[in-house]
Amino acid sequence: MIKSELIQRLTEENPHLYHRDVERIVSTVFDEIASALSAGDRVELRGFGAFSVKRRDARMGRNPRTGEAVPVPEKHVPFFKTGKELRMRLNDGADGDDDDED
Amino acid sequence: MANKTHTRLDLTEAVYREVGLSRNESAELVESILGHVSDALVKGETVKISSFGTFQVRQKGARMGRNPKTGEEVPIEPRRVLVFRPSHILKDKINDALSG
Repeated sequence: MIKSELIQRLTEENPHLYHRDVERIVSTVFDEIASALSAGDRVELRGFGAFSVKRRDARMGRNPRTGEAVPVPEKHVPFFKTGKELRMRLNDGADGDDDDED
Repeated sequence: MANKTHTRLDLTEAVYREVGLSRNESAELVESILGHVSDALVKGETVKISSFGTFQVRQKGARMGRNPKTGEEVPIEPRRVLVFRPSHILKDKINDALSG
């Protein structure tokens, strides 16, 4: 499923809303998550999952072709942890992980 | 970092502000979005949200694991796991903001 298909399904379910409004709603939700992460915040959506940002320290890397050492600067990478309910649904009700946090 | 934890309420508030629906209806739409994404994933579909990222279900085989506390070997059943691959746009946005 791609974003336009998600918008299509929501539009069909909400005939009182304009297509462009549904587009805006979907964009707003994902933009809001992106903005929160850009502020270093977490986004926790119970049952679905949690988005967070992990810091990767600066390190010395190596150019695999030349073998030359190159400094890799500090990085921040987005991370998603699947929520318990969705994880169980993916596995027909069995908890696919024993690490419970939500 | 990690100043605040945002929840459905914050997403609802953003929709309410941006689109001008009632708070109730905004909350329902946020829930619908998460519901449709979840349903597609449970069916094994990949969900691709352009400029945000891709959610993909991967099948993991059975393997032997170990209880880290007791050292005891325990079988891990085959299972389906969800992976999120952030888009370059999202990665760049976060990096530009935080790794200045």
